[in-house]
Amino acid sequence: LPSSRVPDSAAVAAETISPGSRRRRPFTTRLLHTSVPYLLILPVAAVILAVLGYPLYKLVTLSFQQYGLPELIQRKGVWIGLDNYASALRDSVFWDTLLRTLLFTIANVGLTIVLGTLIALLLVQVSTFVRVLLTAGLVLVWATPVVVAVQVWYWMTNFQNGVLNHILTQLQLGDFFQHDWYATTFSKLSMVTLLIVWGAIPFVTITVYAGLAQVPRELVEAAEIDGASPLRVFRDVTFPILKPILLILTSLSIIWDFGVFAQPYLLIGASHVDASNYLMGVYVFIEGYSHSDFGRGAAISLLMLLMVAAMSVFYVRRMVRTEGVS
Amino acid sequence: VTAVTPAAPAAPAPAVIAPRAAVARRQGRRRVTGIGWNAVGLVVFAIIVFPVFWMISTAFKPDIEINSFTPTWVSSSPTLDHFRDAIDPDLHPGFWDGVKNSLIIVGLTVVLSMVLAFVAAVALAKYRFTGRKVFVALMIGILMLPQAGLIIPLFVVLARYGLTDQQDPLPTGALVGVVVTYMTFLLPFAVWTLRGFILGVPRELEEAAMVDGSSRLGAFVRILLPLVAPGLVATSVFVFITAWNEYIFANVILSDQSNHTLTIWLSYFAGTSRNTDWGGLMAASTLTAIPVVVFFLLVQRKIAFGLTAGSVKG
Repeated sequence: LPSSRVPDSAAVAAETISPGSRRRRPFTTRLLHTSVPYLLILPVAAVILAVLGYPLYKLVTLSFQQYGLPELIQRKGVWIGLDNYASALRDSVFWDTLLRTLLFTIANVGLTIVLGTLIALLLVQVSTFVRVLLTAGLVLVWATPVVVAVQVWYWMTNFQNGVLNHILTQLQLGDFFQHDWYATTFSKLSMVTLLIVWGAIPFVTITVYAGLAQVPRELVEAAEIDGASPLRVFRDVTFPILKPILLILTSLSIIWDFGVFAQPYLLIGASHVDASNYLMGVYVFIEGYSHSDFGRGAAISLLMLLMVAAMSVFYVRRMVRTEGVS
Repeated sequence: VTAVTPAAPAAPAPAVIAPRAAVARRQGRRRVTGIGWNAVGLVVFAIIVFPVFWMISTAFKPDIEINSFTPTWVSSSPTLDHFRDAIDPDLHPGFWDGVKNSLIIVGLTVVLSMVLAFVAAVALAKYRFTGRKVFVALMIGILMLPQAGLIIPLFVVLARYGLTDQQDPLPTGALVGVVVTYMTFLLPFAVWTLRGFILGVPRELEEAAMVDGSSRLGAFVRILLPLVAPGLVATSVFVFITAWNEYIFANVILSDQSNHTLTIWLSYFAGTSRNTDWGGLMAASTLTAIPVVVFFLLVQRKIAFGLTAGSVKG
C-alpha cells in the first residue's frame, strides 16, 4: 500500500528512487505529470517573452532602421542596414564614453569592494554595541531610495552652503568656501562615485561579514600562535575562504556600475549631462530617447547589452551551477 | 577626456592596515586596541549615516538656519513648515497624486508578480524537468540586464500599443504599461527568492501529511503555504520597495504629470529655479523614504542573500 503513495508524494525526484512504480501508471497520467512544471512556469515565461522578448527582438530590428519621431507616429521605420552602427562607431563620443565608463566602473567597483571588505573586517573587531550600531547604520543606508539619496547628495555638495564644503574647511583640508563640485567632469563624476559607493557598501559589507562567519576561528588562532601577522592571516587564511564571495560581489558590482543611470543622470542634472560627462547608461538614454533617434539609440543599446552580457557570463554560470547543487 | 582615475581605491588601505599590524605586535594590550577599533567603528558609523542624518536634520530646520553659511547640526527651533510646504497642493502640486499612483502601480505589481512567481517557484523547487537550467539562467540573466539599455525598445513597443502617455495613449494604458514592465523585471527576482524559501521547507513535512491521507494539493495548502508565508511576505515587501523606488521606466512611460509616481514627483521637486527650497526638498525626500525604510528594515535579513546564494550560507 505505501508504495503506491510514494510516487504521488514527492514528485519526480522520488519517482527516480522507485522506478518500478512508474511503469505501472498509465501513459496519460505520466504525460500530465511531466507537463505540470511547464504549466507552472508558463505564466512567468509568457509575461517575460511578451514584455522583454518582443522588445529585444524589436531592439535588433530597430538598430537597422531609420526610426525617429515621424516613424514612431507612422509605426514604420526605414531600413538602412548598418548605417546606425557605422554612425555610432565612427563617433568619437561613443569611444570616449565607453572608455570613461570603463574607468568609472573600475574606480567604483574597486572602492566599493575594498571599503566594503574593510568595514566587514572592522565589524569583527569591534564590541557588540558598536557592531549592532554600525550594522543598523548600514541597513539604513541600504534602505535609502536612490532618488532620495541623490537629492540629499545634491544638497550636501551644493556650492553655496553645502555642508561638505563647511566640513572640509573645518577639518583644515583647505579653503572650500563656495567650492563648486560640479565644475569639472572629473569632479562631477567623483561626486557620482561617492554617491554610488556610499549606497553600494552596505550590501558588500553585510555579505562579506556573513562570509567571515565561515572562517574557522581555530585556523586564525593557530596562524596567530605560529606568529603570522594579521596581514598574513588575512592573505592566507581569511581571503581564500572569502574569495568566492568577493568574486560574486565584484562581478555583480561591475554589471551594476557599468549600466548605472539614475545616479549620474539625476546628480549631474538632466540639463548638465552632455558628451563631456556621459556614462553608457546616460549616453543611450539621451542619444536614443531624449533626442528621439530610436534607431541609432537601439544600435548603441544593443552594443551595450552585448558588453554587459559578456560581463554577466561568469556570474550567471556560477549561479546556475550552485543551483544544481542545492 | 578621461574622467576617473582608478588610483583612488588604494588610498584608504594603509591607514587601516597599519593599526592591524600593531595589534599583533602588542598582543598584551588588546584592551587598548579594542577601544581603538571601537573608535574607528564609531567614526565609520558617523560618516555612513551622516547623509541620512543631514536629510532629517535639514527637513526640520527653519530657512534662516538652512541658508546660513555656518551650518547648525541640530536645529535649536525645529519646525514642521517644510513638511507642510512639501505636500501643499499649491506650492508643490502632485504629492497626493504621487502617493495614489505609486500605491496603485506598486500594489498591482506586487499582487500579480507574487501569484505568478510563486507558481513558477514551486515548479523550480519541486520538479526536475528538461529546460529547467535554461529557465534558471534566463531568470538570472534578466536580473543582470541594464535597464537603460532596454528603455528604447520598451518605449517604442509600448508606445505603439498605446501603453505610454505619449502617442495616442489608451485610457489607463500607461498604467498597464508600467505595471507589465515592472513585472517583467521583478518576476525573475521573485521567482528566484521564493524558490529558496520553498526549498527551505523540509520535504518530510509534506510527505508526512500525505501519508496521513492528504492529497498533494491538500498538503500543499495546509503544510507548505503556511511555512512559506514569511518568505512570501518578505519577497512581496522587496518587490514593493523596488517598484516604489523605480525611476527610469516610470519617468519615460508616465510622462504625464498627473500620472507621476512619488519617486518621479521627488525627482522634479527641486525644479529648475536658481534658489532651491532645500528644506522642502529634504522634507519631501524624508516623506518618500519613510515607507521604504520601514519596510526594508522588516525584511532585510530574509532577503539579503538571495543574490549571492550558494556562496554564502546566510
